[in-house]
Amino acid sequence: MIRDPKDIKRYNASERANHWVVGISFILLALSGLAFFHPAFFPLTQFFGGPVWSRILHPYIGVLMATAFTVIFFRFRHLNKVTPIDIEWLKKAKNMVDGNDHDMPEQGKYNGGQKMMFWALAGCMLAMTLSGLLIWRAWFHFDITLVRLGAVVHAAAGVTMIGFIMVHVYAAIWVKGTIRAMWYGTVTRAWAKQHHRGWYRQITGK
Amino acid sequence: MALHSLDILRRSATTTPAPQARNPMEVAKLIDVSICIGCKACQVACSEWNELREEVGSCVGVYDNPTDLSAQAWTVMRFNEVEENGKLEWLIRKDGCMHCADPGCLKACPSPGAIIQYKNGIVDFHEENCIGCGYCVTGCPFNVPRISKDDGKAYKCSLCSDRVAVGQEPACVKTCPTGAIQFGSKEDMIDVANTRVADLKKRGYDQAGLYNPEGVGGTHVMYVLHHADRPELYNGLPVNPTISALVGLWKGFAKPLAMLSLGALALGSLFHYVTKGPNEVSKETENEIEKEDA
Repeated sequence: MIRDPKDIKRYNASERANHWVVGISFILLALSGLAFFHPAFFPLTQFFGGPVWSRILHPYIGVLMATAFTVIFFRFRHLNKVTPIDIEWLKKAKNMVDGNDHDMPEQGKYNGGQKMMFWALAGCMLAMTLSGLLIWRAWFHFDITLVRLGAVVHAAAGVTMIGFIMVHVYAAIWVKGTIRAMWYGTVTRAWAKQHHRGWYRQITGK
Repeated sequence: MALHSLDILRRSATTTPAPQARNPMEVAKLIDVSICIGCKACQVACSEWNELREEVGSCVGVYDNPTDLSAQAWTVMRFNEVEENGKLEWLIRKDGCMHCADPGCLKACPSPGAIIQYKNGIVDFHEENCIGCGYCVTGCPFNVPRISKDDGKAYKCSLCSDRVAVGQEPACVKTCPTGAIQFGSKEDMIDVANTRVADLKKRGYDQAGLYNPEGVGGTHVMYVLHHADRPELYNGLPVNPTISALVGLWKGFAKPLAMLSLGALALGSLFHYVTKGPNEVSKETENEIEKEDA
């Protein structure tokens, strides 16, 4: 596929691969997790070789996701510091969702919404990992009250995280020209200028 | 297992009603702690009938042997020495599944048909559907189910559902030499208990009573206790057992709320796209870039 050599690099290959590991493991975890959460989704266990295999595999995939996410977290943490401009952006986010992005403040590599998503997912991921360890009976035996708490927190954080990821995915579908950054790492200059003008200036010097 | 599928009252992780055409009577096992001599014949009978063989352990200084319930030990005698009214009392309680009317294990179980509650009150684990997640352990207020280290499946007393299905009493009842364990309709067992409690009261046990805790809707294994006001004396029998509020929150309210929220989010996103359209790069910005290139 021939692309414009003037396109801007947003993610390098290692960052993309890292994101895909998190993404794939998240999808597998969400499918198997929903199966344990509600009977309506129990048939999803068939994707994993049956219900018992789902139960066995789910926590190991969880460890993979937690590890890969930790790497992502430290990679992108410094780019997600919340600034006053982000707060201003968030206050106006309603207009943008409504279809009018003309008076949004200029944003760097990530806008206020993306930064909120970053920290929310980091929080969920931490809660998922800790509560998941509490209820992983193959390896751990914690006090029953902790296990009960773990089960509730795991379910609540899991559903919350699935919700956040739905927003994350939809935002990528909604903002045209975004998904290619996840596939091959580049975005067009027009895309960068429109959605992340501060970052565009920083990269191009314009 | 041997009970008919028409006799199912509730099935784990199933949201539609069970067959309701026939309604057999409720049964119960009554364990009279005041008559029990701690001979463990019931443990042996259980082991024999169900073909379970717990590994031979070692003496830990008390009579409890095996020291805990396991996949191979569905009932164990708990020996407690307490001082009451200036006298030593040896309280011996046969521990095992209580067959709750509102079973926490069944409520917590995510696998359809792994836990079955029959209309006669028996709560049975169907290991072929068990996925080994241990949620039943989380749900149980009596700390009864055990996950096997060999096969990762949950086990507990079945109240000999196979025997009961063909009109026999559970193996432990059949073998008890003192008549401390009785079996019959729940109604009859309550009558028997009341007679025993009246007798115990006459003999100075003012607080004697029947343990059939309301917090779990009553149980289909009941105890006659000499100190019914303090069930905790009997190796920590819970005073008012209920399904943990955490389990209630997790398995009750949270499930439909979460499903509705996620569904609404998915549909909301779709209709946002349809009504507002995609967020594309504006013609204005495109032109600016083109001008730069020219």
